[in-house]
Amino acid sequence: MKKTVFFGALAVAGLSAAAAAAGTLDDVKARGTLNCGVTTGLVGFAAPDANGVWEGFDVGVCRAVAAAVLGDATAVEFIPTTGKTRFTALASGEIDMLARNTTWTFSRDVDLKFEFVGINYYDGQGFLAPKALGVTSAKDLDGATVCVQTGTTTELNLADFFRSNNISYEPVPIETNAEGQQQYLAGACDTYTTDASGLAATRATFENPGDHVLLPEIISKEPLGPLVRHGDNDWGDVVRWTLNALITAEELGVTSANIEELAAAPTNNPEINRLLGTAGELGGMLGLEPNWAMMAIKAGGNYGELFEKNIGENTPIGLARGLNAMWTEGGLIYSPPFR
Amino acid sequence: MSAITDPPQGSFSLSMLINDTRYRSYTFQALAAIVLALCLGFFYLNVSTNLAAAGLNISYDFLGSPAGYDINQRLIEYDSQSTNARAAVVGVLNTLLVAFLACVTATVFGVLAGVLRLSNNWLVSKLMAFYVEIFRNIPVLIWILIIFTIMIAVLPGPRAFRGDEPEASMLFDLVAFTNRGVYTPGPYFTRGLGAEGNGGINWLIVIGVLVASFFATRMVTSKANATQEATGVRPNTLWTNLAIWFLPVIAVLFALGLKWDIPELKGFNFAGGIKVGGPLIALWFALSIYTGAFIAENVRAGIQAVSKGQTEAAGALGLRPGRIMSLVVLPQALRVIIPPLISQYLNITKNSSLAIAVGYADITATLGGITLNQTGRAIECVLLLMLFYLTISLLISTFMNIYNNSVKLKER
Repeated sequence: MKKTVFFGALAVAGLSAAAAAAGTLDDVKARGTLNCGVTTGLVGFAAPDANGVWEGFDVGVCRAVAAAVLGDATAVEFIPTTGKTRFTALASGEIDMLARNTTWTFSRDVDLKFEFVGINYYDGQGFLAPKALGVTSAKDLDGATVCVQTGTTTELNLADFFRSNNISYEPVPIETNAEGQQQYLAGACDTYTTDASGLAATRATFENPGDHVLLPEIISKEPLGPLVRHGDNDWGDVVRWTLNALITAEELGVTSANIEELAAAPTNNPEINRLLGTAGELGGMLGLEPNWAMMAIKAGGNYGELFEKNIGENTPIGLARGLNAMWTEGGLIYSPPFR
Repeated sequence: MSAITDPPQGSFSLSMLINDTRYRSYTFQALAAIVLALCLGFFYLNVSTNLAAAGLNISYDFLGSPAGYDINQRLIEYDSQSTNARAAVVGVLNTLLVAFLACVTATVFGVLAGVLRLSNNWLVSKLMAFYVEIFRNIPVLIWILIIFTIMIAVLPGPRAFRGDEPEASMLFDLVAFTNRGVYTPGPYFTRGLGAEGNGGINWLIVIGVLVASFFATRMVTSKANATQEATGVRPNTLWTNLAIWFLPVIAVLFALGLKWDIPELKGFNFAGGIKVGGPLIALWFALSIYTGAFIAENVRAGIQAVSKGQTEAAGALGLRPGRIMSLVVLPQALRVIIPPLISQYLNITKNSSLAIAVGYADITATLGGITLNQTGRAIECVLLLMLFYLTISLLISTFMNIYNNSVKLKER
């Protein structure tokens, strides 16, 4: 059995080189579907709905890329990955891109040889605790049992936070969000820690969300974004600029409602024209159709629409834009110009 | 006088490698070895070229860098600033702990169920058959999850023990069963040696005394045997042996000032005493009952392999059924039971790698899980894991084979 693992590792190593060499963009076009790695289920970010159709904020990015490359937002094969399996899946070429609320860190970018193409959500690590526990600050958690997803940056931040505050805790390593939720609700751990957005999304699925509080401390920076393999720059550009197109669309006021009209004929705004392919050759430079960005935006709306529809204040998850507002509105969401 | 003729000394020719049966097998073995070496060489080359192409290299430097994560069950000193190598050792010890515990209890369950399945009592034998069929026909991962889920759902959280009218209370005010684990009183020394009078040296003293008692009882027994040989009357050694076992140890424990640390609710959890974590219990119990079902079948096969004549002959000598089983049948059955039992022990050790399903920090969870993930050194970690499991399995195999040689049928 262990031998199989070994040969598996060898095969993985073999595949990764093969995949890096072939050109992911051509592979995706030839295959006709995009293999997109997502979470095993985090409502609001990526989770199958009642009909088994994946939806969510991260799923929106996958669909936008599929629409930009293949012209079909449904041509996506969603591959659920855990915190542990996600990087192997990407490195081995099993998935073309990973959109799984993954934190951009130095070692993942440099040492693990991945390419973060941007940030679609600025997050930070928080703690969820039952109100009955009477805890008002994470620093009160001395001696607490903490559920934490294994293989994540949260695991390391958690150790650092408790160490620097000189308090102790007992970690309960869990594999998936669902498992964490189950153990937390059963009281097997006092508090559950992960990205604050993830906690909000998890709490939204509780029977009595009001019985649980997010502690005020945000103990880390968690810039989440989609990533691809290092070394395939053409494909990296496609994913990066698809994300940028969604962001620029919000900035320019291009929405899924008015996009048909704006794309029908050149408008007065040259940047909109370049974005939507009614002027310039931006699509061709990426190796895509001229209307690639239009297809991407039409798939699920611009960045703001995706946010509001999946995790915004009117959804059960109820996240405010906060840091994730447009730079023009005091947030950090910013795209380089389409020029 | 007979003449001895030498076999014809024909000169060696290359065709004999294929045509001569004396050499043919060597030819094929050499060919197979070359093919195997080529395969391994190809795998090695493949890995190294592909790693180089991806800009990665094989390096074990990560073992010396701080792990950065915490582990909930540590048998040795460990914190988040310890090295990855130390985290791996913590995992190794946890694996060995659960494997050892599970081997012991699985053997107990297996022997009981195997013997009882042959019982003449219809109810008992059918119950055991039910146990065997249920437990060995459902995958062990499912059992681990079922037991863990039931544990966290049924047992109360530590919070339930709080307040003047708590929902849950401790057993005899000594043992607390919570969904995070079982807290039992732990021994400590008030007049001991070593750091704060509580160093490991105290336990070494206690173990030393027990070992001495063991040899003393052996001496008493052999003296009794000698007396029996000489006079035909066996002196009663029971009370002497009991005294040798218990009196010195009690005296030493009293001298060291043994006290029991009783767990009590402090902050979020129980503090003090010994905590046996929920994941450990779930994994231990699941591995035990699952493998116990297989061992039960081995034991049954072993017992049934002993000819019925042996039982009848022992019965004719006037032995009671219990003595027949322990003195006549089981010793002979062991030589059939031990070899498959080795496989079951190996299975337990390897199945303990399912620990991560319940968050038990075994070697697969620390080195093969968190360390692998945080450092991205997949090939290195997997190679180390393979090496570890291989070493452990071979060691278990060796020791069990030595034991097997000591109980197998002696052919003289």
